[in-house]
Amino acid sequence: MSALVTPATILPNRPSLTGRLSDFLWKHPHVLLAILLGPPVLWLGIIYLGSLFALLLQSFFSIDDFSGLINYEFTFATYMQLLSDANFDIIVRTVTMAAVVTIFSALIAFPIAYYAARYAKGKWKAVFYLGIMLPLWSSYLVKIYAWKLILAKEGILTWAFTKLHLLWLLDGWLSLPIIGGNSLSVSYTGTFLVFVYVWMPFMILPIQAALERVPGNLIEASSDLGGTPQQTFRHVLFPLALPGIVAGSIFTFSLTLGDYIIPQIVGSSRLFIGQAVYAQQGTAGNIPLAAAFTVVPIVIMGLYLWMAKRMGAFDAL
Amino acid sequence: MRSDRSASAPLGLKIAAIGGLAFLHIPILLIFLYAFTTEEKSYQFPPPGLTLQWFAVTWNRPDVWAALTLSVKVATIATAIALVLGTLCAAAVSQTRFFGRETISLLVILPIALPGIITGIALRSAFSFADIPFSFWTIVLGHATFCIVVVYNNAVARFRRVSGSLIEASMDLGADGFQTFRHIILPNIGTALLAGGMLAFALSFDEVIVTTFTGGQQSTLPIWMLEELIRPRQRPVTNVVAMVVMLVTFLPILAAYYLTRDGDQIAGAGK
Amino acid sequence: MTAAVLFENVSRHFGAVKAVDAVDLEIAAGEFFAMLGPSGSGKTTCLRLMAGFEQPTGGHIEIFGETAEGVPPYRRSVNTVFQDYALFPHLSILDNVAYGLMVKGIGKEERRKAAEDALAMVKLPGYGQRRPGQLSGGQRQRVALARALVNKPKVLLLDEPLGALDLKLREQMQEELKTLQKSLGITFVFVTHDQGEALSMADRIAVFNDGKIQQLGTPEDIYKRPQTRFVADFVGSSNVLSSATCARLGVPAKAASLRPEAIAIGTSWAEQLSLPGTVTARSFLGATNRVSVDCSGEKIIVASPAAMPVPDIGAEVQLAFSRNDLHLMEEA
Repeated sequence: MSALVTPATILPNRPSLTGRLSDFLWKHPHVLLAILLGPPVLWLGIIYLGSLFALLLQSFFSIDDFSGLINYEFTFATYMQLLSDANFDIIVRTVTMAAVVTIFSALIAFPIAYYAARYAKGKWKAVFYLGIMLPLWSSYLVKIYAWKLILAKEGILTWAFTKLHLLWLLDGWLSLPIIGGNSLSVSYTGTFLVFVYVWMPFMILPIQAALERVPGNLIEASSDLGGTPQQTFRHVLFPLALPGIVAGSIFTFSLTLGDYIIPQIVGSSRLFIGQAVYAQQGTAGNIPLAAAFTVVPIVIMGLYLWMAKRMGAFDAL
Repeated sequence: MRSDRSASAPLGLKIAAIGGLAFLHIPILLIFLYAFTTEEKSYQFPPPGLTLQWFAVTWNRPDVWAALTLSVKVATIATAIALVLGTLCAAAVSQTRFFGRETISLLVILPIALPGIITGIALRSAFSFADIPFSFWTIVLGHATFCIVVVYNNAVARFRRVSGSLIEASMDLGADGFQTFRHIILPNIGTALLAGGMLAFALSFDEVIVTTFTGGQQSTLPIWMLEELIRPRQRPVTNVVAMVVMLVTFLPILAAYYLTRDGDQIAGAGK
Repeated sequence: MTAAVLFENVSRHFGAVKAVDAVDLEIAAGEFFAMLGPSGSGKTTCLRLMAGFEQPTGGHIEIFGETAEGVPPYRRSVNTVFQDYALFPHLSILDNVAYGLMVKGIGKEERRKAAEDALAMVKLPGYGQRRPGQLSGGQRQRVALARALVNKPKVLLLDEPLGALDLKLREQMQEELKTLQKSLGITFVFVTHDQGEALSMADRIAVFNDGKIQQLGTPEDIYKRPQTRFVADFVGSSNVLSSATCARLGVPAKAASLRPEAIAIGTSWAEQLSLPGTVTARSFLGATNRVSVDCSGEKIIVASPAAMPVPDIGAEVQLAFSRNDLHLMEEA
């Protein structure tokens, strides 16, 4: 430690441009903040929120039945149209599907998340993690395509049922009203399976994160106090995992609510909200009604997020 | 959950967990099988025979190449934009205290939290409102918007680990803001950014919903696939493309995993 | 001689919270100075004001006679040893220690040598190629120290430097720090909530509470002559006698402090004051017995040497102590 004597206590300004700029930003942290936040906020604010706002605005316009042109006058008529029987059916159908998909996703995801959080360790932890991440991130369309292969009449599922001599079961299921149909790929059952397959992985990680935050000694404490495994699960583990389930359900619910490709490829001809939006803005050219339709998932998700926030679900994200 | 290290899982749980994972993976394996089938007209299982000929056929298809090139271009540029914007936003949110941080987080997450169709139709009507013709850039614009969140999530998680005291320590030792960024912040968040970028690329490469609204006449690879799904014309080529897409998206995911595995996880919930 | 650190009426308010409130402080050059107080008392904020991580909302700060407010941390010849050490995880130990020299543009060979010397000084020679993650808590602490000292700071700030170490290591480091400070002659300012640490290491102590300095003085001053009830309480858990008890003893004071170890049980002789009371609890602490005595409603703690017999609970005893050990306070 020789010759490294600092003569002054307060070192002088560095003459370089970066030195001066650094001093300036240090003295004016708000300028720094503005520089950091400016680009992303402008991008999202103008491009995204701006478009969203413009879209919502259009839902208060209406379409002229004769000319097919948009009538730029403020009206609730489009929203009234939304409540007509046919359109309301679409909303009910979609919300029901989203709810059922969410429940089944939670049922399938929970054991995976629970096992990964509590029992998998070392190498198996990595295997589980990748085993969840790969299907989650792999191509959405390819996943749907895979199910088209599976559900086709000549596909693997029919083959498996035939080999097991259970074809009567499949036929029996398909003959049921509403959930049945000509074949799995044109039934609600098919749509439901694909929805669960595609969105369920989004449920696993939040549940796993929530469960990993449960300290092991809490479970020991419960069994120490005489709780049976069932009681421990119901009174300790489940309440603590609930924020994770709610966080995961935000994804499964929202993603199902807005999807228009899955029901288009696998399912009956009856529309879901996403398809209605697509049809209204495309072939029908009724942008106001399409916009009004998009308000439905926004409102539902807004309520959902508000409730989830109150339950502390965001900490599990 | 550090207790019961020695205990093994109840059998029922084991079956449910492994069954769940099998449910996730078997369809993916089928994709690989079908790429080799000799059957042209249906989705017959089991395949009547196996062949490699469809790989050659696909290789010689200019429309597949055009779609693939467009997808890669869009994903590259959208990722670059998302990297810049997502990192800036993450830095602002985690390194400074200011009013409205929650709002910013919400704003970033919104494009992904709301169904893609809303983002798509909103952008489409805004483009037509502003008389912007659909082009390569309108696709990029849409993709970058929802890719920001992936980069942001990864960067925020890492910034949280680069504790404030590291930055203070650097400044305390005489490094100004730029030196601190170069010598301390960048090396520490580098891998997280790389992982975020990979995932953003995978997300953009695969995106179809928003693209249908912002793409006009051009087709990215997912759009090409979607058309095949709705009106199957060349099943064998589609089978091969599906397998290739699957492989192409696996690589960045695996890379992202290895880049971030010690410590924070890939923010998978951000897709 | 100019003060190493001078605070004139310095405040740091966060909205309505007065983290530091109108503090005057003068730390002499070459002094080993302690800032002692409970968490949230303003001691750490004072340290951060010296380092430049915080800016005062009022008042004036000087470091060796030069105005410090408005000067960023990287332009102050002041270095900090952080509570969590804040070693850069991506750099080797050597690069960590040489960091300050590197950003100042010192040549590679020169800074490597300086860093190695600094590591030798903190008794970690040859550790340069390791990573922070490979070191124990005590070793990291030494690296943090070397990293700061290699810059030859005018003032070294230490934020709870020994807080994360276990008891034995802490005692050893206390001695080493003190020796190091005397040999280098650098002004050390350290923050702690551990009164024992402050008493044993510091030349002078400032006791903080609610953003203000309660008392400033030598360890002996602080320990024996606490000026407020807070200081008496916080530094060594003194008994604080009420004005009523003082009156019974014939001492004209609003309050008075009395160290537990200054009280004897059972014996009293001339020149001594005494109080009758009933034993309510007792516990064995190794070198001493801790006895609680109720003296007409006033609870008094006695630290009785272990060799002395301990009265039973319920026994009537006389507490005896010297008038000199009774420190009168101007109680607020």
